[in-house]
Amino acid sequence: MASVTADKSLDTSGLNCPLPVLKTKKALEDLQSGQVLEVISTDPGSKADIPAFCQRTGHELVETVEEGGKYIFYIKKK
Amino acid sequence: MAIERLAIIASKGTLDWAYPPLIIASTAASLGLETAIFFTFYGLNIIHKKKMKQLKVAPVGNPGMPMAFPPSIKKIPGPGQVAGLMEWIFPGPPQLMGVIPGMTDFMTGMMKKMMKDHGVATVEELIELCKEAEVKLIPCQMTMELFGYKYEDLIDGLEPPGGAATLINYVMDADKPMLLFI
Repeated sequence: MASVTADKSLDTSGLNCPLPVLKTKKALEDLQSGQVLEVISTDPGSKADIPAFCQRTGHELVETVEEGGKYIFYIKKK
Repeated sequence: MAIERLAIIASKGTLDWAYPPLIIASTAASLGLETAIFFTFYGLNIIHKKKMKQLKVAPVGNPGMPMAFPPSIKKIPGPGQVAGLMEWIFPGPPQLMGVIPGMTDFMTGMMKKMMKDHGVATVEELIELCKEAEVKLIPCQMTMELFGYKYEDLIDGLEPPGGAATLINYVMDADKPMLLFI
């Protein structure tokens, strides 16, 4: 379980590169600065790609949870 | 802030070669880079209203296809193992197998099914995502004339046709330029 609470959740289960990143970018547009987006992904590539996206765009990857073949990311909008 | 720009030259008109430019461009734009794709030669087919729906995987003369020979074939690949499946379908030199009539359509159908099963977006979807992410899609003027493609034969939402100078100027106008040839 994650220690952060999300303001919005995005489920990209079943989708593959580059869709999780593109949908994450879009979902973040609806949030206010400081709010947290939860991204659920089944794409193993997202394990590297979501952190890379955050590093590039300046959003903060607060926490990553891996459970039952799912990767769950908590991203705080900058 | 420094302008970071990526331009990609998309020069191939097959299904497998259509993906890399679209995936990299849409992602780069999402990561905050100003991004453009310059469609030239057969790459123009990716943004051609009719031809974009008929992109195929070419088993003949495709340098990206795995070269498998009989000793490497041991078992039928499991679901989703595209490369393994290709090797299974082409147990010999692929150039010979590829000329069998219907092989291109078979490979194309197989590839499309695999992509769907894996949640990989279609070419049309990726183009829409590129447009949403404000990727500039530039058709090459010279090859349009060479192939007899009119601007209205191409999909909507493109930049005006341009040439090599347009592309190089776009890239070098950035503080951090990057150019890829695909």
